[in-house]
Amino acid sequence: MTIKIERPVLKWHENLYFPAIWGGIKVTSRHFWKTVGNWISGKKYGMITSTGRVTMEYPEEKWAVPNEYRGAPTLVKDPDGRIKCVACQLCEFVCPPRAITITPEPIPGQLPNATVEKWPKEFEIDMLRCIYCGLCEEVCPEEAIFLLKDYSFVGESREELVHNKERLLELGGMRQDKIYKWKNK
Amino acid sequence: MMTEPMIAGLWTDTVSFFGVHAVAVVLLKIAVVLFALLGLVSYTVLAERRISAFIQDRLGPNRVGWFGLLQPVADSFKFLLKENVMPAHVNRIYYVLAPCIALAPALLTFIVIPFGNTLAGEPMVIANLNVGVLWMFSIASLGVYGIVLGGWASNSKYPFLGGIRSSAQMISYEISMGLSLIPVFMHVGSLNLTEIVNAQSHRWLFLHPNLFLAFLIFMISSFAETNRLPFDLPESEQELVGGYHTEYGSMKFALFFLAEYANMITASALMVTLFFGGWQVPFALPESLSHPVTWLAPFVFQPVGFVYILSFFLKMLLFLGVFIWIRWTLPRFRYDQLMNLGWKVFLPMALANVFVMGIWMALSV
Amino acid sequence: MIADAKSTSTPMVNLTINDRPLSVPQGTNLIEAAAKLGIHVPHYCYHPKLTVVGNCRMCLIEMGTPQIEPDKKSVLKPDGPPEITWMPRPQIACATLVSEGMAVRTHSKMVEECRKGVMEFLLINHPLDCPICDQAGECRLQEYSVDYGTGGSRFVERKVKRPKKVELGPRVTLDDERCILCSRCVRFCQEVAKDDVLGFTDRGGHTTLGCYPGKKLENNYSLNTVDICPVGALTSSDFRFQMRVWFLKEARSVCTSCATGCNITVGSREGVVYRYTPRQNDAVNSTWMCDAGRLNYAWINDPRRLTRPLKNGQSAEWSDALPDARHLLREAGMKGQLAIVASGRASTEELFLVRQMAALFPAAAVDIVGRTGGHDQILVSADKNPNTSGAKLLGLATGKLAEIKKGIESGRIKTLFVQGENLEKAGFEAGLLAKLDALVVLDILPSPTTQMATWVLPGAAHVEKNGTFINGRGRLQRFLPSFSVKGHAHEDWYILKELLPEAEHTQYHSFHSVFEAMVRETPALAGVAWEGVGDQGTPLDLKL
Ligand code: SF4
Ligand code: SF4
Ligand code: SF4
Ligand code: SF4
Ligand code: FES
Repeated sequence: MTIKIERPVLKWHENLYFPAIWGGIKVTSRHFWKTVGNWISGKKYGMITSTGRVTMEYPEEKWAVPNEYRGAPTLVKDPDGRIKCVACQLCEFVCPPRAITITPEPIPGQLPNATVEKWPKEFEIDMLRCIYCGLCEEVCPEEAIFLLKDYSFVGESREELVHNKERLLELGGMRQDKIYKWKNK
Repeated sequence: MMTEPMIAGLWTDTVSFFGVHAVAVVLLKIAVVLFALLGLVSYTVLAERRISAFIQDRLGPNRVGWFGLLQPVADSFKFLLKENVMPAHVNRIYYVLAPCIALAPALLTFIVIPFGNTLAGEPMVIANLNVGVLWMFSIASLGVYGIVLGGWASNSKYPFLGGIRSSAQMISYEISMGLSLIPVFMHVGSLNLTEIVNAQSHRWLFLHPNLFLAFLIFMISSFAETNRLPFDLPESEQELVGGYHTEYGSMKFALFFLAEYANMITASALMVTLFFGGWQVPFALPESLSHPVTWLAPFVFQPVGFVYILSFFLKMLLFLGVFIWIRWTLPRFRYDQLMNLGWKVFLPMALANVFVMGIWMALSV
Repeated sequence: MIADAKSTSTPMVNLTINDRPLSVPQGTNLIEAAAKLGIHVPHYCYHPKLTVVGNCRMCLIEMGTPQIEPDKKSVLKPDGPPEITWMPRPQIACATLVSEGMAVRTHSKMVEECRKGVMEFLLINHPLDCPICDQAGECRLQEYSVDYGTGGSRFVERKVKRPKKVELGPRVTLDDERCILCSRCVRFCQEVAKDDVLGFTDRGGHTTLGCYPGKKLENNYSLNTVDICPVGALTSSDFRFQMRVWFLKEARSVCTSCATGCNITVGSREGVVYRYTPRQNDAVNSTWMCDAGRLNYAWINDPRRLTRPLKNGQSAEWSDALPDARHLLREAGMKGQLAIVASGRASTEELFLVRQMAALFPAAAVDIVGRTGGHDQILVSADKNPNTSGAKLLGLATGKLAEIKKGIESGRIKTLFVQGENLEKAGFEAGLLAKLDALVVLDILPSPTTQMATWVLPGAAHVEKNGTFINGRGRLQRFLPSFSVKGHAHEDWYILKELLPEAEHTQYHSFHSVFEAMVRETPALAGVAWEGVGDQGTPLDLKL
């Protein structure tokens, strides 16, 4: 079926384009002078909309991210200092961009948490791949991986942005826990 | 096209004063103009970014240097240091050649433009050709080759479409552009740009009703010729992903980019020269400016020479501002609208204008 | 040899399952009968290759028999079918054999309730170990929990603790808490491995699996208990915590450790082999395989794998290697100074190309390196080459190895082509090989022989290529690739065909063209097609 679109019939003066051009210039000039004025007077520049400013000067000013914000994934320890991850590799499986690489290992016998039997020998999250989706946090059966609010990571090499186990644990720190499922194993 | 008189003009310019002095002066002028032009180009880019930012309630580049004034320097380093990627599927020779071909004519056209009266007795024009305007058109029309070649050598669909559009658009608008200027020559009676400027010492040409129409047609056509919005169909990001320069990067892309701005500058300079009195000032200058200043004495410079150059420069900046402002105000035309406008509106209008001008002149004799 | 011999003369029995009629041989149990209709009856303790004990109660179904009038006629419903007397209690499907006229419901309300109950009981003392349990992902307990369980637990008491991480033997680790007491492992040891070492102690919720005092689960079939354990109680010490099973890419292959040719599934991830598991083939290995074969995969992952051609030990390019090696072989062949040592571990297609080579150059002598070892009455054969039969079929197993050796000693043989064999083990000392003018070796790992070689041509492991083996009983079996060859190595068929005289190259443009040429030129293979060989292999009529 063909749809016929009715095009508006322009009047002769509209056909000259000039009124429209003039109208456009009025709009852009308004914005221009307002921004310039604000800038020069040191006030907040830009159009102030009902939700606040349109732009901000990034590294100096930062968004206060909401609590639900999903930033960098990290590993956490429980209050006893045990690495909560048991290397089940579910996060590795669920991670859409395959940012996670885990090498599991039996926990060496003499350690206090040896009853858990398994932990990650190496745990890498490639922050160049991570899309901050939070699926790893959601899937983790041990509540061992949490997304922080941090979102800006800068490095000078690709290797630097592959977070290894130590870095992830350092970032993640300790979390209070409700369940001590492994304690009495 | 190199015509007889043109070659003769070039020849007399350099050879008539043949000697170290003349050659050195010409070279000096070329060097100064070239550097000023390239500097202006990069600062026009900065201006464009700042102005567009303000129009869009942003700040634009404000980090490098004072108020971001060193941004062009940083950009040029960035372009120079970038990896020079050559896509595997391109036609290598033409791919490299195209950006050069695009930039060279834009710079070449400037040599016939008188950007001042005289300084230390030297006319402030690199080549005072008696066929200046013809030179302008012939060289400017070479610019399209760079774009078409770039589109074709990229061996990819979007650049190809961009190249095709650009050639169609440039050829179409070149006609109305050329025709729009005929009344000017009829009025002044010369093709020499210096003479055209001199003819405006009392009344700038755009004040003449016929020539005002000519000016409008010329200005709008130059938007099309320089691929600027609202006629930037060869680039149109939304449909052609950048058009003819889609496959370009690093310095080669920068050359295309510079060419666009150089073209803008030339077009502005030309509008100033043809319709807005060139380097003339609209009011009488104090007599004292015509006397050589003592501390400048060794060079026998008269301040008035600088004033004229400044006047030319400011007028040109005004037009650059118009170019920029229009870009951030108007949306892009559709291709059919563009072609209609060129062939069905401006061409007949420019032709009619020639006739009216003729009749006008006949009547006023 | 274990194989289900099913006599075709067994009388058939008619019954209905979920109102769908079917007819099966007498003596079939209801799990198998339902499977014929594509209905899965969940079960733990039942295993088709073991005796039925009926102790897990997961397979409960509802069944009934036709009402019989005193005159032995069935009572019919008004619309035709016989009236059924349903048993008031559910029955276990594994221990119930079909009978004439029987009716079965596998998904009725009662059955579903029963399954929920059984699942709840099984999970009462089950630990929350899934994140560290190797079985997760292929665990019947997980699967049935999702399919038939309740999803919640009403158990608030303390769970019973039982031993964890018990080493039952050198290769098997037991987690008693996860054991659901199905006794499959116990029956396997008794009935199949004939090594009765496992048993239960204590009672009720405290029942614990263990070895008899002073004994260990260390027979050569112990890892099969890991396969049949429906949960993660028995785990392979070798595979333990190495990789989650859901990452493993599975390819159908054949074990290369002896002439039995057990069918296997190769589990690999990103070019690393993690485990072999047996694949059911009742004509070969039933559902079992020996531990020695199962654990013989580490060489595939060996970091020393050859990935580039080597010329006198120096890395080289294929573009030099192939023409040069071909030239060496051809020159020697024309002077009658060439001998070829082929391999009983190579695929039949590769051996076929070696035979072409031996005929075309020509080679003065060809043989394979024989390999023998211990054998048992279950699966393991004495012949440790997976493809001796293939070599015999192609006439490459000539027994001339000693002659080749003498030829080198006497200087009659000056050039040797070796296919994937370490000749030191076959009695060729380095001093002997040093007498050769040229030694061309096709192999995947460095060995004393490759060290002596003029040219080393890196080939592919069996998990990296297609091919067939003919096992000791003359069964042609396929193996399929898990992943592609490492580095710059090539599949062997490609290297071998490139070594043939140039005129022969174009006819072998792919592995399949080699296979087809082999079938064409070998009468015993007449009528065999790659697809036709299938996953279960095809028996050949060999008169070897
Ligand atoms: S946040 Fe998403 S992308 Fe990032 S590691 Fe977790 S699962 Fe992967
Ligand atoms: S899902 Fe949790 S426990 Fe499992 S490997 Fe990831 S972080 Fe560790
Ligand atoms: S046996 Fe199954 S249900 Fe039990 S812990 Fe292991 S995976 Fe989970
Ligand atoms: S260890 Fe496994 S196979 Fe053996 S009884 Fe327990 S659950 Fe069954
Ligand atoms: S399978 Fe029938 S009782 Fe276990």
